[in-house]
Amino acid sequence: MDALFSQLFAGLSLGSVLLLAALGLALTFGQMGVINMAHGEFIMAGAYTAFVLQAFIPDAGVSLLVALPVGFVVGGLLGLLLEVTLISRMYRRPLDTLLVTFGVALVLQQLARDVFGAPNVDVRAPAWLSGAVPFLGMNLPKTRLFILGLAIACVVVLSLVLKLTSLGRRIRATVQNRDLAETSGVSTRATDRLTFFVGSGIAGIAGVALTLLGSIGPTLGTNYIVDAFLVVVVGGIGQLKGAVIAAFSLGLLQATFEYSTTASLAKVLLFVVIVAFLQVRPQGLVSVRTRSLA
Amino acid sequence: MSAATGTATTPWWQRSTVRVAGGVAVAAVVLFGIAPAVLSDFRLNLLAKFLCLAMVAVGIGLAWGRGGMLVLGQGVFFGIGGYLMAMHMKLADAGPGGVPDFLRLYGDGVVPGWWEPLRSPVVTVLAILVLPAGIAALLGLAVFRRRVRGAYFAILSQALAAAFAILLVGQQKVTGGTNGLNGFRSFFGYDLADPINKRMLYFIAAGVLIAMVVVVRLLMNSRYGELLVAVRDQENRVRFLGYDPANVKVVAYAIAACFAGIGGALFAPVVGIISPADVGVIPSIGFLVGVAIGGRATLLGPVLGAVAVSWAETGLSEQFPSFWTYFQGALFILVVAFLPQGFASLGTLWRRRRGTPADAPDDPPTTHPSAPGSSPDADDDAQHAADSARTAGRHA
Amino acid sequence: MSEQTGTGEPVVPPDATGGLDPEALEAVIAAPGARFRHDYLEIRDLRVVFDGFVAVDGVDLTVTQGDLRFLIGPNGAGKTTIVDAITGLAPAAGSVQFGGVELVGKPSHKIVRAGVGRTFQTASVFDELTVLQNLDIAAGAGRGPWTMLRRRHVVPPEVEAALETVGLTQVRDLPAGVLAHGQKQWLEIGMLLVQDARLLLLDEPVAGMSQAEREETGLLLQRIGEQRTVVVVEHDMEFLRAFASSVTVLHQGRVLSEGTVAQVQADPRVVEVYLGSGAHGRGRGMAASAAEPAASTEVE
Repeated sequence: MDALFSQLFAGLSLGSVLLLAALGLALTFGQMGVINMAHGEFIMAGAYTAFVLQAFIPDAGVSLLVALPVGFVVGGLLGLLLEVTLISRMYRRPLDTLLVTFGVALVLQQLARDVFGAPNVDVRAPAWLSGAVPFLGMNLPKTRLFILGLAIACVVVLSLVLKLTSLGRRIRATVQNRDLAETSGVSTRATDRLTFFVGSGIAGIAGVALTLLGSIGPTLGTNYIVDAFLVVVVGGIGQLKGAVIAAFSLGLLQATFEYSTTASLAKVLLFVVIVAFLQVRPQGLVSVRTRSLA
Repeated sequence: MSAATGTATTPWWQRSTVRVAGGVAVAAVVLFGIAPAVLSDFRLNLLAKFLCLAMVAVGIGLAWGRGGMLVLGQGVFFGIGGYLMAMHMKLADAGPGGVPDFLRLYGDGVVPGWWEPLRSPVVTVLAILVLPAGIAALLGLAVFRRRVRGAYFAILSQALAAAFAILLVGQQKVTGGTNGLNGFRSFFGYDLADPINKRMLYFIAAGVLIAMVVVVRLLMNSRYGELLVAVRDQENRVRFLGYDPANVKVVAYAIAACFAGIGGALFAPVVGIISPADVGVIPSIGFLVGVAIGGRATLLGPVLGAVAVSWAETGLSEQFPSFWTYFQGALFILVVAFLPQGFASLGTLWRRRRGTPADAPDDPPTTHPSAPGSSPDADDDAQHAADSARTAGRHA
Repeated sequence: MSEQTGTGEPVVPPDATGGLDPEALEAVIAAPGARFRHDYLEIRDLRVVFDGFVAVDGVDLTVTQGDLRFLIGPNGAGKTTIVDAITGLAPAAGSVQFGGVELVGKPSHKIVRAGVGRTFQTASVFDELTVLQNLDIAAGAGRGPWTMLRRRHVVPPEVEAALETVGLTQVRDLPAGVLAHGQKQWLEIGMLLVQDARLLLLDEPVAGMSQAEREETGLLLQRIGEQRTVVVVEHDMEFLRAFASSVTVLHQGRVLSEGTVAQVQADPRVVEVYLGSGAHGRGRGMAASAAEPAASTEVE
């Protein structure tokens, strides 16, 4: 029974990390049909933001709380820059965008290597996140609980923003009917930029959160990007709901596979399960029937 | 256009067979005559390595340039070919019934049952030819039948590469882990320390590459080649002509995988090592750079692009390791964003400026698959994304 | 973004081609026995539901060989959705039979092999392939692997005849992307002919054509209709009056009226629907133009 619960928690924890990494991706992909390979490097940028801030703010707790919004802005600005310079030119070529943003990812990684050095660096976790919370005979690490809470908070805030604010209305209008939104006075260009800013900003938050789980390095993003993509594929696009369910399902599955086999076999098994799942739901969990030729 | 060739109106030098034979002759003179004469043994071995990478590029040109499938995981098939060959060489070096050194070092000193068949050279060669193509065909059937395509297919192929690399690292006891397999002494009984045999490997690689280019050329000009372009540009329209586009795509994907496997199988003895670093996500995308630069939809663009990029990488990364990564990233950004046809399109532009028709007989159409107005599939994906996102109004 | 292709911009003036040649049609469609084969399309209780929205609600439709049937109706009446449902593109419930073969539930490419061919609202030809290659692909669904993997040495006779029929012989080696809009639509009709479709479903085949082109297309469709089963979705009322042999009017996913052009025009329900929707959606393009027959009925 204990093993079951600790597996469950491991899965939820992994799922929350995946969700943080994939949430912004789901937003930008949903709006523009663009897969941004540099998303992982925005995560990395968020992580290094936390690292840099710690040099200025000695208190680990304060610097973490400052790093979350600053990481959001750093990731968001990087995304905005990418959108304005490259992606906006290539909306009709989504596959090519994937390659171009991969080039951006390579450059950003090397930049991090040159600025911060190739070896991994550590960010101190605040004292109030050290240790564990006893629960049903298990010890749940506080950092993992914090990330779980952060992921849920991000989803809640994001869906409230989409539902209640004028930005959210503009985003939804643009996603649903770009042309109509345009003719109704919504600047789709500005909306695209804002969406990209928010989506990439969430990547920055994810990066800050990842510093709590271990040391960080220039390839931090690469480790998460493939899994984040899989979350988007399985979740389907257009609704945050899909990404949330997919992230936690994949997290739980992977934790289960890792428990019963090895970590490396688990990846292969997960891949097989995803391909099998796509046989049943090729458009992901949340699918919308379309009338077009597609 | 090909219907016009072979008729009396076509000048003899433009006839298909003549052009193919001429091209093969030129390639043979360059690769078998000039290169061995002017290059040192070391440089020739390096060129052999580039040719192995170019084999992967030829397949990518077919699957991506002609078939519109963004194959981000060719490292998997390259790796399967490479590891099969490497394992055969390790087993052969160990002698009949012997145990390769790495199995004693990391494992329990026993050859696992599923490695055993690779003691036979025949089984090894067959496995190299069949296994990558078979795995690609299975995966292709599974995803293309369900109309998973575009970015979704790209992500899946990439995830396959990631899982494969992680598996290789994780199963160190039977794969050598991060270090991979290395220290091969012989290749089908020939001593690899002997420069003559290294040279022979180069000739094999050159011959195989030329054969692959000829095969792709024949495919491109066949009815299948036309159908593949049709599927790339308007997959659904093809469906309403009575074809199953999944089958059309699977063939190209399997051929690309087979070529990558052969490339990997020759890469291992040429370079002397195959490791997870050659097969993961990054090298898998790396294969695409050369293809994009050379011109993805052309016949020779991928080959020339791959060789040029590998050559530049060797030269630049020796002297300025960090500069190379910037350079590679910049190449991706600039070529794909601003020159989607690669450098091959410069030739087309030049010909157009001279007033010659861009599509002379026998020239495959080189238009970019996702150019506006010519690629409903790319539009489809965007459209699909937009359509599927229609319900975003019901966000969470 | 450097785009050098130039496709999309028609560079071939329409008069560069010889116009349609219905005489050549005989060679394409008069296959032995075809003349005496009595195929018919029979739709029973067809329903299409998208995410809870009922797009087609219990439609019955019978179209026999020799009929040139037009489907009309206001926007959202379900015309294109019916065509989608027949060809496996929309999720259909009910029964669609052609030549005694049940089509519902089959994948699209198998429906096509049962003799059903269709076009799309936006002309969809393979822009980068030549006219000849387009037709050759359309003719080749039954080819074996060996034929596929070889070059085309001779132009198949039915492709040759189809080129004549749709008047594209002179441009057969040009990429289809440079054709004028009307020519692309003719090419699509030619593709239907060579793919040996016995049921032709045409979605707005004369949209964007000049008056002369419409005339030619209409005559060609009439001749095809003598030997094949043809269903046309069309908004152009003048074209309908000139060439339709029978009309089915759809409204909100149901069949509102059916009969000859005169019968339908005299049907008070049709008048009401068109005037009603015209009044509500005044100035909304399609609804306004669709209101035309009803209005002219009143004038007559």
